[in-house]
Amino acid sequence: MGRITLRNVSKRFGDVTVIPPINLEIEDGEFVVFVGPSGCGKSTLLRLIAGLEDVSGGVIEIDGVNATELPPARRGLAMVFQSYALYPHMSVRRNIAFPLKMAGMDPAEIARKVEAAAAVLNLTGYLDRRPGQLSGGQRQRVAIGRAIVREPKAFLFDEPLSNLDAALRVNMRLEISELHQTLKTTMIYVTHDQVEAMTMADKIVVVNQGRIEQVGSPLDLYRAPANLFVAGFIGSPKMNLIGGPEAARHGAVTMGLRPEHIDLSTSDGTWRGTVGISEHLGSDTFLRVQVEGLGMITVRTGGDSGLRHGDAVFLTPQPGRMHRFDADGKAMA
Amino acid sequence: MATQHSRTAARLMISPAVILLFLWMIVPLAMTLYFSFLRYNLLMPGMEEWAGFSNYRYFLTDPAFFTALRNTLVLVAGVLMITVTGGILLALLLDQPMWGQGIVRILVIAPFFVMPTVSALVWTNMFMNPVNGLFAHAAKAMGLQPYDFLAQSPLLSITLIVAWQWLPFATLILLTALQSLDREQMEAAAMDGAGPLSRFIYITVPHLSRSITVVILIQTIFLLSVFAEILVTTNGGPGTASTTLTYLVYVQSMLQFDVGGGAAGGIVAVILANIVAIFLMRMIGRNLDA
Repeated sequence: MGRITLRNVSKRFGDVTVIPPINLEIEDGEFVVFVGPSGCGKSTLLRLIAGLEDVSGGVIEIDGVNATELPPARRGLAMVFQSYALYPHMSVRRNIAFPLKMAGMDPAEIARKVEAAAAVLNLTGYLDRRPGQLSGGQRQRVAIGRAIVREPKAFLFDEPLSNLDAALRVNMRLEISELHQTLKTTMIYVTHDQVEAMTMADKIVVVNQGRIEQVGSPLDLYRAPANLFVAGFIGSPKMNLIGGPEAARHGAVTMGLRPEHIDLSTSDGTWRGTVGISEHLGSDTFLRVQVEGLGMITVRTGGDSGLRHGDAVFLTPQPGRMHRFDADGKAMA
Repeated sequence: MATQHSRTAARLMISPAVILLFLWMIVPLAMTLYFSFLRYNLLMPGMEEWAGFSNYRYFLTDPAFFTALRNTLVLVAGVLMITVTGGILLALLLDQPMWGQGIVRILVIAPFFVMPTVSALVWTNMFMNPVNGLFAHAAKAMGLQPYDFLAQSPLLSITLIVAWQWLPFATLILLTALQSLDREQMEAAAMDGAGPLSRFIYITVPHLSRSITVVILIQTIFLLSVFAEILVTTNGGPGTASTTLTYLVYVQSMLQFDVGGGAAGGIVAVILANIVAIFLMRMIGRNLDA
């Protein structure tokens, strides 16, 4: 079980309100990702749930029990830190065994559980090494091992992949997702990388300046962003946001168009523009097109686009794919 | 830069400093060694003659020698225990966020700046004196008999004085080590269910082990040669109750004018220091390996 409910939870440091009162429901077994730009309060939110910070107001319930005043150890949650926070003077074995030892478990039982966790995480050959002798990915796995042996109600991940190189990050992303499929335990995952959020989450919580901007499944957020912030944050490359008379023509203050929802033609179309920088990814090409009156528009096209810098092109928005936002940045129906 | 040529040049450039340092060490040592084999008394100048090992025989069979040896080890061990334990506790306290942290830290470090002679004088006359000392006043205020520290437990008193001087050093080193402890490790341990005591034992102490080693090694070097505190307070007395090896060497050469005997004592002290160093490196030296 691992159902976590936040009710009017807020956090202030002195006079500064980091997190205004927020409400959030996390279901048992869900993979929830908190995503937002650096310094938006998503890590603080996680630390509030972990009990590493005291809440300034509101109630945190874990499995229906009020855990607001409980110390971190008694909340039954396990956390994987950004720096991994392994104990440098202990072997991998003792690192993974530490929470069990603290719980006063029988040594034989501890040994069995550590071996089992090591087998799941491909760490069996490394049990007697020190963390300093491991690579980044292995350390990451030790940190996860230390979390899973406790069989917690929920896992908390605080930007766990940000210290890994790009290739390893993709691997660990898959491993964590698979771990979630195997364990079926609630996981809360904090990241600033919207790709991680989109690929891993059952439910994404977009956080901005301590506020929850939108909660939903990855595709919900992609298809129907509730406001300008979510629209700009989710999706890569960023959604094109167009203001001015063109937006007004569609009855909006700002209109948004994703690069993949614009058709490109060399002969005719709604808008005429000039190709600027193009990024070739092989499978796709992203063109930056300078359109008169609209500014720079990013367009996705096929990998074998023969367009060059300075070519004239025509852009046509796909019907029904346009997002419209009002003066407050809220999405319009 | 590691070409054959640059390495040769580097050796050449560094040699004057190395040679100077080597002479700096070897000349006094060689002279002490030479004197220790001479019958060399300042009361009989010009009468030096080869004496073989007799200086060593006299020094090692001197009944004061074994007392001095024991006193030296007790003093060093006592001061180390007080400073390391006290240093850890003080460092833990000073690491807490509090008002006036900067000033408090300077106050804690202050004893280290007081010269040994001065601090020993202050302790004997203002604290431990059985008539005028603050401890005596405190005892009298509670209706107790004042305790004559320096007469009744001279070695303990000197240990306290020296420990008071070295406590700031230990505190300072351990405090900086404590501040370099990763906060996320502590939080991870808290999440793992470790209480404050377990966190101290399993996280803080291992993290401090290297600094504790440094404190012990450096302090041992200096504590083996503690001298001013003894000269100013007890003069090694009563009897030989607070005579250490260093002080015995002083007595031999400066009070009995026996330079040869003193030199022999000096060599014995060097050998003792090396034995202690070997033991220390065996016991705790591996903590210094990365």
